[in-house]
Amino acid sequence: MIAAIHLSLWQVAATLALVAVAALISTWQRAELERDIGVATLRSFIQLTAIGYVIKLIFDQNRLLFVIALIAGMVVFGALTARRRARGVPDAFWPLLIALALAGTTTLVLVVALGVFPARARYLVPVGGMVIGNAMTAAAVTLNRLGDDVADGAPEIEATLALGATASQAIRPILRRSLRSRLIRLIDSTKTTGLIFFPGTMVGMLLAGAAPVDAVRLQLVLLYVLLGSVAIAALTAALLAYRNFFTPAHQLREPG
Amino acid sequence: MLFSLEDISYKRAGRDVLTDLTVEFTEGTTALVGPSGAGKSTLLRLLNRLADPDAGSVRYRGRDVRDYDVLALRRQVALVPQLPALLVGTVAENVSYGSRLCGKECDVEAALALAGLDITFSERLARQLSVGEQQRVMLARALALKPLVLLLDEPTAALDERARDAVERTLLDLRKRLSAALIIVTHDQAQASRLADRVVHLENGCIQSQGPSAGA
Repeated sequence: MIAAIHLSLWQVAATLALVAVAALISTWQRAELERDIGVATLRSFIQLTAIGYVIKLIFDQNRLLFVIALIAGMVVFGALTARRRARGVPDAFWPLLIALALAGTTTLVLVVALGVFPARARYLVPVGGMVIGNAMTAAAVTLNRLGDDVADGAPEIEATLALGATASQAIRPILRRSLRSRLIRLIDSTKTTGLIFFPGTMVGMLLAGAAPVDAVRLQLVLLYVLLGSVAIAALTAALLAYRNFFTPAHQLREPG
Repeated sequence: MLFSLEDISYKRAGRDVLTDLTVEFTEGTTALVGPSGAGKSTLLRLLNRLADPDAGSVRYRGRDVRDYDVLALRRQVALVPQLPALLVGTVAENVSYGSRLCGKECDVEAALALAGLDITFSERLARQLSVGEQQRVMLARALALKPLVLLLDEPTAALDERARDAVERTLLDLRKRLSAALIIVTHDQAQASRLADRVVHLENGCIQSQGPSAGA
């Protein structure tokens, strides 16, 4: 059993000293990020505190319906956030929503079915949040890259369409490149885990007093879960969104 | 009639590119001439449905182009774009690409020969060729489909004088050897006279004149 760490608000406030260092560097280098740093600090405090109380409520209730509602809320908010990042892709919301929902559902169902975690709020909420957060970034980055690649590769796509290729055939090489670029980053970071950086879960468990072997095992479980869910999210988002670049008559839509 | 376009209007990014345009294209070789921005390339793209007009109709051999299967139409009415846009891979892979899509055999050697390239090019990497050679591979790739109409968008715009003359000779040779109709976009009036039987002159999205070419 891991001993829980109790931090006072004063201890949390003390870490603002490091936020102040970041703001000072920004001022010194005239990066003009002080306001953004302030907003990010305030938002993270409010959002995390609020979600902390929500999670406490859900843990206390331990009802599956509440867990599903919370995860569904995360999926919708994640899709809305990712859409802002994937501006170059027409109507990106639905592909993103489906991608995040699929990644979240598949992952949670699998970890419960395989007996990795019990179907209890205490396990499903943090794992679901982590999966959806990472899936959101992966899907947004993949679509953002896809939008840029389609804009750059428009002559190649049209030349292929002109030979009687379908939209799917014409975009395939570009789709492959966009997916590879996202997944390679994740695979690389998985390869270097433990050598170059200690991932957050492991650090958290070690700080909380867990045995290193337990911390490593849980981290490995989460790493592999993430690898799968990110691949599902990136692939689903790209496969559903690419059609939005084309008309039903296999014509490349004009940007804008 | 090969193509009849009636009351065509087309806007791009809020700008009128083609306005109430009515024109006909017959069999044989037609040059579409006009300055940059006149709407020539857009007009060409309407013929094989890479784009659809905002208003008006495009008819191919008497039928609205929207009534054809769009993929089959593009194989019949092949377009060679202005700039080379070849796939990663060898010349042979590029030339046979369109045929492979529809599950047909491709005579790479014959297609290369029609485009003025010999078989030694087939295993070379397409993107490492000169612009002139890439342009010919683009032509061979379209010819491999055995199209009934060949649309060529400024086929010599990116070439130096020597390469341009060579491509022109190839196109004149194609005219003799192929039964396909050719529609060639060019901004060069003299080239239009050398290559085409008929010239359509386009300016600011409207037809200015049309008739037999000076060289016909």
